Amino acid sequence: MLRTFVRRALAGMAVVMGVVTLMFFLIRMAPGDPALLLVGPTATPEQLVAQREALGLDRPLPDQYATWLSRFLRGDWGSSIATGRPVRAMVSAAWPATVSLVGLSLVLSYVIGIIVGAIQATRGGRLDTTLSVVTVTLFAVPGYWLGLMLVMVFTYWMRALPAFGAAGLDADFLTGWDRVADRLRHLALPLTTLTLIGLGGTARYVRGAMLDVRNAPHVAIARAKGLSPLQVVVRHVLRNALVPVLTLLGLSLPALFSGAVFIEAIFAWPGVGRIMVEAVGARDYPVIMAATAVSATLVVLGNLMAEALTAWADPRLRAAEPSAGAA
Amino acid sequence: MEKHWLLRARDSSFLRDPRARFGMAVLLLALLLALCAPLVAVDPSLQRDIVATRFLPPLSTDQHGTFHLLGTDRFGRDVWARLVFGARVSLGVGLLAVLLSVAIGLAVGAAAGFWQGRVGITLLGLTDFALALPRVVLLLLLASLWQPSAALVIMVLGLTGWMTIARLVHSEVRTLAARPFVESAVALGVRGPRVLVRHILPNALTPVIVAAALGVGNAIMLEAGLSFLGLGVQPPTPSWGNLIASGRDTLVNAPWVATAPGVALVLVVVAATLLGDAVRDRLDPAQRR
Repeated sequence: MLRTFVRRALAGMAVVMGVVTLMFFLIRMAPGDPALLLVGPTATPEQLVAQREALGLDRPLPDQYATWLSRFLRGDWGSSIATGRPVRAMVSAAWPATVSLVGLSLVLSYVIGIIVGAIQATRGGRLDTTLSVVTVTLFAVPGYWLGLMLVMVFTYWMRALPAFGAAGLDADFLTGWDRVADRLRHLALPLTTLTLIGLGGTARYVRGAMLDVRNAPHVAIARAKGLSPLQVVVRHVLRNALVPVLTLLGLSLPALFSGAVFIEAIFAWPGVGRIMVEAVGARDYPVIMAATAVSATLVVLGNLMAEALTAWADPRLRAAEPSAGAA
Repeated sequence: MEKHWLLRARDSSFLRDPRARFGMAVLLLALLLALCAPLVAVDPSLQRDIVATRFLPPLSTDQHGTFHLLGTDRFGRDVWARLVFGARVSLGVGLLAVLLSVAIGLAVGAAAGFWQGRVGITLLGLTDFALALPRVVLLLLLASLWQPSAALVIMVLGLTGWMTIARLVHSEVRTLAARPFVESAVALGVRGPRVLVRHILPNALTPVIVAAALGVGNAIMLEAGLSFLGLGVQPPTPSWGNLIASGRDTLVNAPWVATAPGVALVLVVVAATLLGDAVRDRLDPAQRR
């Protein structure tokens, strides 16, 4: 088990390296020259050449790659071509905003989603139908559109919640609870949007997985043993149903980060997604590379974690030979 | 194997499922409207008189006597017409992209789950690699490498969307391969690929069908998302995504411009999802919901 995990972890590191390498050459293949964007359209050809030399863009690609990689691994992430700010400072300033948004919405949507799905699977009937309509609609709503609609209602019509940024203009002058409240008010709409669109999928998945397990022989045996319905649901149905849900958790991380890019664009949320979009537009190579490396690492870590959790929840995947009985 | 349920003419229980009926009705209506777009609306590129008809609310008639079911946008274009012509683009892109990703995902996932040795590890590594690529950055870059177009969106969505299906198929195949009925098939002398195709894959198809149905909706949403960011289908060609984007700036004085394509999008995605659910239940009667 441990050996498999170590092997997968090494494979994960190889994946990150591969992603970073692919990205490095891909962005240099793309048309657009950061030096040209920097010196402006009125610059003389000599100025352009000088600027390219200063940025090291005139050297052969493999050479540039080797330099970039050795510096990056030593923690020297360079500075932004467009703004001149150190990339590490930019990423570390933006990262908490994205992680708090994505992390909170992940926790909220999974907790609420698992509860709603479990209720649907055990109760059935009209409640199940109603909740199914709700979750399938939430699942189908595109995040940026839901965001716009929430802005329309809560910002333009009710004038209740702010739609832009992570803090008010006067945030620096607020103290104590006012400051917290200001943060929460700014967090409300983006967080609600991300949570709502994540919740539908999770609830639907949990419901389906629980219904799959419900008819398995071991559940019938658990019932026949005289366990209470709650024990049967929690210990025998939900636990088995959580295996595919855990796989889904690992899979949904990158999607969530991608979704966060749209949400950050709508709500002007100062996170990594916004930095990335701006950096791609400006061909800001060091920033794109740093953001890519960090998000690829996070995605690989998420998958590893989901895999470890899956193995923990499903002993059949751990054992060399399959155990009979449980279906 | 039993005769396929779609081939059994007299079996009507599928059609009695309200989810299947709703899903098929909405999707058929959307497809019909998309195909017959020139019959039910005036081609938006042929509309004139920009100033006189701008920002008309839904259900109003302009001074030329033309009726606007869903109102007009800031260029005086009929929202209904743009919606119907946009459906052609959005639905087509979604369907083709999913077809591409299901084909790749099924092949990769099945092979990786069945041949667990070196082949499996290589394919899983490839899947993880593709999963770890930040999709949105890739899309941003590809859109700037080539001219953004519907074909590019199909390729990009197809090539970046197969991993989920591959992973689902892989874990399903792995679990199934350890089941007694597969072992007995092997013990009876059924060999390699035949075990996979005859005994394992038919049982692993349920999540694929569901994932594909969800994928259609998801692909339509992503196409809209890309077009919303300006990286997909380019205006003035209407797609639901760039329709929503064009309504974003007029949210205060003309909310219907962004609302109408969004509602259409949600309806179609809900329909695709419900149809997927119904198909799943029908394919797997043991787990009838």
